[in-house]
Amino acid sequence: MIEFKNVSKIYESGNKQVKAVDNVSLHIEKGQICVFLGPSGCGKTTLLRMVNRLIPISNGSIFIDGKDISKLNPIELRRSIGYVIQQVGLFPNMTIEENISVVPNLLGWDRAKIKKRYNELMEMVGLDPEEYRKRFPWELSGGQQQRIGVARALAADPPVMLMDEPFGALDPLIRERLQNEFLRIQENVKKTILFVSHDIDEAIRLADKIAIFKSGQLMQHGTPDEILSNPKNDFVRDFVGSDRELKRLTLFTVKDLISKIDHFQKRTTRNDYHDFVVKVNTDLRTTLSVVLSSPTGNAWVVDEKDRRIGLLSLDDFEIVTDIHTKKLKPIVNQG
Amino acid sequence: MILVRGKKLELSFRIAITLLIICLFIWAYFEGAFQFIKDNPGDLIILLQQHVKIVGLSAMLAVAFAVPVGIFITRPRFKKYDWIVINFANIGQTIPTLAVLALIMSYLGIGYTTAVFSLWLYSLLPILRNTVVGIKSVNPSIIDAGKGMGMTSWQILWKLELPNALYAILAGIRTSIVINVGSAALAFLIGGGGLGDLIFTGISLYDTGIMLSGAVPVTLLAITLDFLLGKLEKIIIPKGLQRNEEAV
Repeated sequence: MIEFKNVSKIYESGNKQVKAVDNVSLHIEKGQICVFLGPSGCGKTTLLRMVNRLIPISNGSIFIDGKDISKLNPIELRRSIGYVIQQVGLFPNMTIEENISVVPNLLGWDRAKIKKRYNELMEMVGLDPEEYRKRFPWELSGGQQQRIGVARALAADPPVMLMDEPFGALDPLIRERLQNEFLRIQENVKKTILFVSHDIDEAIRLADKIAIFKSGQLMQHGTPDEILSNPKNDFVRDFVGSDRELKRLTLFTVKDLISKIDHFQKRTTRNDYHDFVVKVNTDLRTTLSVVLSSPTGNAWVVDEKDRRIGLLSLDDFEIVTDIHTKKLKPIVNQG
Repeated sequence: MILVRGKKLELSFRIAITLLIICLFIWAYFEGAFQFIKDNPGDLIILLQQHVKIVGLSAMLAVAFAVPVGIFITRPRFKKYDWIVINFANIGQTIPTLAVLALIMSYLGIGYTTAVFSLWLYSLLPILRNTVVGIKSVNPSIIDAGKGMGMTSWQILWKLELPNALYAILAGIRTSIVINVGSAALAFLIGGGGLGDLIFTGISLYDTGIMLSGAVPVTLLAITLDFLLGKLEKIIIPKGLQRNEEAV
């Protein structure tokens, strides 16, 4: 869907050349979220802004749906790409409805269609269309503003979305809520999304693929699981953090784990009747925490209706991680 | 808290100004200014008309010139050089009106045209400066969002830059017109007419009454115009940008 081919961005400062983006080749599949991850100044935002031609490309080319973007009209290209930025950038002189209708208006949709679309989008981002129609951006909280920002970018139903740290300025609680809502929306709309972030946890939560950058160069491109379980070099290893195995556990749920255990339902002993329970859709990191706090080293797995399915123990985690508790015991005993 | 204190300060300031103006009127009454106006209503109306004409024409021409120039020099191509214009405008503002009049007079001679031209030149600067600063201070993330959504530079100007800079631009126009009402009294000195006629006649005759019969209408004209322009701001500035007043 989106293809970067040997893309570079070179800035001249005096007689020195600075490579903001250095020979990046990357392929993003349709309907996937690719998170550009890296420290500030690594070129991730520059790369993103080259896609809608806000920054001209120095070398190489970018293709969307097989079309070279340098051959397209930049104005039309931008209207076909949703764009969300960290500062939100809602237009203060326009009402919420006018803000959301900007691109449909630019594209010359008729009024009835724009109005219908506004209602749809507001429902989608969980805000009441009537309540906010005539209100202005300054009357909204930061979280609400960014919801409008996302709705505005989705207005003309563009196949591609560019999101530059959209949740970066929000407090952690609101950020997590918006991330979850964003995933829920994405499940329905299935856009191809390029998402810039410097937050590894955000990347793990949202990404289908992560691309990690360091000073303009692509370090590693892969699924969150690949990046966490098999970092390609020291930079990636440092960036994802030494708790990467714990982070990896957030990618899986109890359901994933017990599907790999034979005869899980039959496991039980009499004295295991305690109150340490996890639901089947809990992520494994939280589950591990429950298991560790349980005095017997195991926890009950319950289904959606709180019926106990079976008992999960610390040893089971070795299926998904590199922790090998059984092998570890003899070593510890010898010591 | 700070806002409240600011409001209180503004209120006490307004009261002080109003009291001062009332004092002026009382003084004018006892000096016989109103008697003079009552005795010569025809003169006053003619002079007032001249005055309004000079102010109106020079202000209109100034707006028609300074706003487009301000827009022009804030275009990306020229943005690097806008400091020149701002500095020029700031320095230009320090030249006394009388000096401008004298300078222009030596080229254009005396009369109505010279008066209008000088006042036009003098009112350009606040409008120009406010237009440039207003457009420059529009939040860059708004422009970035607009551009990224596929607005043309023309659409960015009309839908984003101008509406968001309107407050500053109108403030510049308002300031310049109010100053202009006062400065236009000097037009009499170069044969341009206006209420300055009464003021300077009064001064030369040591007749405070006649002097005030010119000064009081000038003051009233300035206050009225300021009030009307304030109302106009409320009407044409987008509602989303008027939060400061509504919030209190």
